[in-house]
Amino acid sequence: MTSVTVDESFQGRVYPASGATAVTAGAVRAFARAVRAVHPAHHDTAAAQALGHADVVAPPTFAVTLAQRADAQFITDPAAGIDYSRVVHGEQSFTHHRPIVAGDELSAELHVDRVRVVRGNAMVTTRTELRLADGTPVCTAVSTLVVRAPEEQ
Amino acid sequence: MSTVRFEDVQVGDALPAARHEVTRADLRAYAEASGDRNPIHLDESVARSVGLPDVIAHGMLTMGLAGQSAADWAGDPAAVLEYATKFTAPVVVPAQGAAVVEVAGTVAALDEQRRTATVDLAVTSAGAKVLGRARAVVRLP
Repeated sequence: MTSVTVDESFQGRVYPASGATAVTAGAVRAFARAVRAVHPAHHDTAAAQALGHADVVAPPTFAVTLAQRADAQFITDPAAGIDYSRVVHGEQSFTHHRPIVAGDELSAELHVDRVRVVRGNAMVTTRTELRLADGTPVCTAVSTLVVRAPEEQ
Repeated sequence: MSTVRFEDVQVGDALPAARHEVTRADLRAYAEASGDRNPIHLDESVARSVGLPDVIAHGMLTMGLAGQSAADWAGDPAAVLEYATKFTAPVVVPAQGAAVVEVAGTVAALDEQRRTATVDLAVTSAGAKVLGRARAVVRLP
C-alpha cells in the first residue's frame, strides 16, 4: 500500500506567536459575507455595540483564518514533508473564550499536538491559541488535517 | 433573527432548517475572504489530479454555513461558545449550477447553570452526510 511520509518528530513542537494580527472590520465583513452570516452585528458597528461589543463581531468560524496562517508555519515547512495539494480537512473545533471583534490584535501560538500515519494517510492535529496582547485567551482552534496517500498505480 | 429564550427551549426541539446553494463563485469568494487558496477548491484539473471527483468546497465554508443555523437561532453570533465538526464527505461543486447544502439542527442538551444549549447539526449535500458530529454550544438569553 502506498503511504504518505511525514516527519512524526514534529509532534509536540510549539511555534511561538510572532507579532499580532489586527482584525479589521473589512476582514470580518468579507468573511461574514462569504459564509452568509447576515446578522447585523457582523456588518454594522452600531448593531454590534447594541449587543455590547466594541465593534463588528466575527462569525464563529472566522478564527480559522488566523489558525490556518499559523498552521502554514508547519504545513509548508519542507522538512515536514507535507504535499499541500493532498491535504484535506478532517476535523475542526473552536472554543471561544471571548468573541473576536474588529480592532482585536491577536497573537497565534501554534502547537503540533499529533502527527501520525494511519492506514497510509498522515493525520496531523494542530492547536492554535489566539490571545490578546495582555495574554487574555480569545479562541482555541483545533484542526486535524489528513494528507491523503497517492492512489495505487 | 430569532429571540429564543432558554426557558422556552426543550431537548429535541428542532431549529429552523436551512438550505444553501454553493457555486464556484462562492468558493472563490470564500478563498479570498479566508486566505485558503488551496487549488482543490478552485481548479478542477488540480482537484482531479489528486483523485477528487471535481472541485470541492472548503470544509470550512460548509462548517461556516452550517454554523449560521445555530448562531441565527441564538440571535447573537457571539453566543456560539463552542463549535466542532468532522468533515465526512466533500461537497462537490459543479462548474455550472450549484451544489446544495442542507442543514437541520436539533437541541441535544441543555445546561441550566450556564444557560447553554448543545445543538446537533445534520448537514447533507447530494444525499451524503458532509459533516459528522457537527455540534455547537450556544448561550441563550
